[in-house]
Parts: sequence; C-alpha cells; structure tokens
Amino acid sequence: MPHDHHDHDHDHDHDHHHHGLSPSGHPYRQDDDAPLTYWQRMEIAVRELLIEKGVTTAAEIAGQIDLMDSRSPANGAAVVARAWTDPAFKSRLLDNAGDASREMGFDIGPLHLIAVENTADTHNLIVCTLCSCYPRNLLGLPPDWYKTRAYRSRAVREPRAVLTEFGLDLPDSTTIRVHDSTADMRYIVLPARPAGTEDLTEAELAELVTRDCMIGTGLPRTPQTGATAG
Amino acid sequence: MVKRVRVRSLMPPGHVRAPAYLRGKTGVIERSLGAFGNPEQLAYGLPAEKKPLFRVRFTMAELWGDQAERPADTLDAEIYGHWLEEVPDHAP
Repeated sequence: MPHDHHDHDHDHDHDHHHHGLSPSGHPYRQDDDAPLTYWQRMEIAVRELLIEKGVTTAAEIAGQIDLMDSRSPANGAAVVARAWTDPAFKSRLLDNAGDASREMGFDIGPLHLIAVENTADTHNLIVCTLCSCYPRNLLGLPPDWYKTRAYRSRAVREPRAVLTEFGLDLPDSTTIRVHDSTADMRYIVLPARPAGTEDLTEAELAELVTRDCMIGTGLPRTPQTGATAG
Repeated sequence: MVKRVRVRSLMPPGHVRAPAYLRGKTGVIERSLGAFGNPEQLAYGLPAEKKPLFRVRFTMAELWGDQAERPADTLDAEIYGHWLEEVPDHAP
C-alpha cells in the first residue's frame, strides 16, 4: 500500500503504525458514534411505550428479530428448485406463490407473493420505486443496493443498462419485464432451470439458485463443469 | 378482452402509492388482484375502505418515449382502481 508522508522524523527502524492505519496498513473503521436520528429516537420511544403498556414484550420483539434473521434466500432457492422438479407445484406457484411457499412449510405470514417466470425470451426484474418492498418474509432482508435511489430509479428507466452493470447482457430478442412493487404484492423471479442439470437432485438444484437470480439481477449458477469423481 | 386504462393525472397531497412517473400513462390490465385497504387512509391510521387493486402493464415506449432502451420491454405496477380511468378501444 502506497504511503508517502516524509514530514516526520521519528525512527523508522522499527515497524511503526501510520496514523489511522492498522498494522497491516488498512484504515481503521470509524466507531459508530453518530447521534441517533429523529426516527431512531422515535422507534425507541414507541417500542419502550408498547412494552411499558403491556402491548408487547421485549422477548416478543427479540423473537420477531430472530425469526426475520432466520429467513434467507435459501428459502426461495428451495421453492425455485421444487418448481424446477415438480410441474404441478410450478403451476401452483405461478398461480399463487404465497400459498405454494406456505405449502412447503415456510412461515411467511400474510405475504402476498407473485412468482414471475423467466423463459427463453422473457427476463423479469423486480424493484420497488416507492421504498424498498421485498419478499422479506420468504427471502429475509434485501441487499442494501436494492434500497438505493440509484437502483430504484434506474431499474424502471434503463433496466438493460442496470443489468449490464450486474454482468448480465441480455440479447435484444429477450423481452425485459420490470415489476414495480407499488402496493400489496411482493415478487420473486422464477429463473429458468440451467441446461445440463437433468441429473441433479432438488437439493443440488437449490444450490444453484442465488438471491440475485430471484430479484432478476442475476442468473442461476451453472453446475460445475468437468467430471465429478466417484 | 384487453382492458386499456390510464393512470389518473392527479397530484394530491399526502401518502399515495401511484408512482408519479406512471400518472397520465396508458397501459393494460395484466390481472386483478382483489380488494385491499386503501393505503391513502391506512397511512394515517384511519379506517380504510377496501379498494380493488390491479396489475397494469405499460410499454417502455409509453413511459419513456424515444428514451426507451427497447420500446417493447414492459413495466408492471400495482395500481388501485380509483387511480385508473378506462380508455375506450379504437373503433370496432
């Protein structure tokens, strides 16, 4: 790592630490000492009042946080892999993705979920221009970029440019369908099953399904090429 | 039959969930979603009427004109019925 300050004259014979840099030469991350924002104070005040008045308990709140943290893209991957292997399930998924996910045992609460299918000539992309609507009850918390103004505004205006930046160059023959989650529905992309996966089990297929391919900013992984031993 | 609708070109104050970039734009009903509490009341803790909700599909050409990357690409959004007006079909 380059360093170019020669304006001090202390002994350089020993390993010295540049100001603000760790021994390995990386900058220290600043302590998170910023004052609370207005809305953070409001959240704390309302939470404490709700507990004080017996509407909820600290244990219930911690339980809900644990439940949300336990949700991950792996849940959606299991749903996608099931759809790839079971045509009757796939048709139920496209009819009502919420009920199909519940059928697999996922606790998604009152989530209204719509699955949109990628085909040979159609690619789907999910965004929420108004805020950050995301199928959290199935996939867990959204990635930070999903909530940025840049993604939210550009995904509806220049989805092809956005997808190129994600490394996805779609041919002009592919129709892009962008879905703006403006109200009560949440969306999941059902990606196309990759070629060469005929022999994989449902669990192996689920390993190919990434979070981004269920948002539409990626494609599923392709199976490892080369012979598998044994 | 394809039903053509236009998003009302209103700019009311307060919480609404019809994005400004779709107001005044014409699309087709992709599907009906059923009735949901009106967010314009829910946002203020008021008793909310149930309003029919639709998925409306717009072409990128309709939204962005010459600026569209590929005119036939589409955008679907959920719009409440009270934000939509029917657009008569062309002559039979």
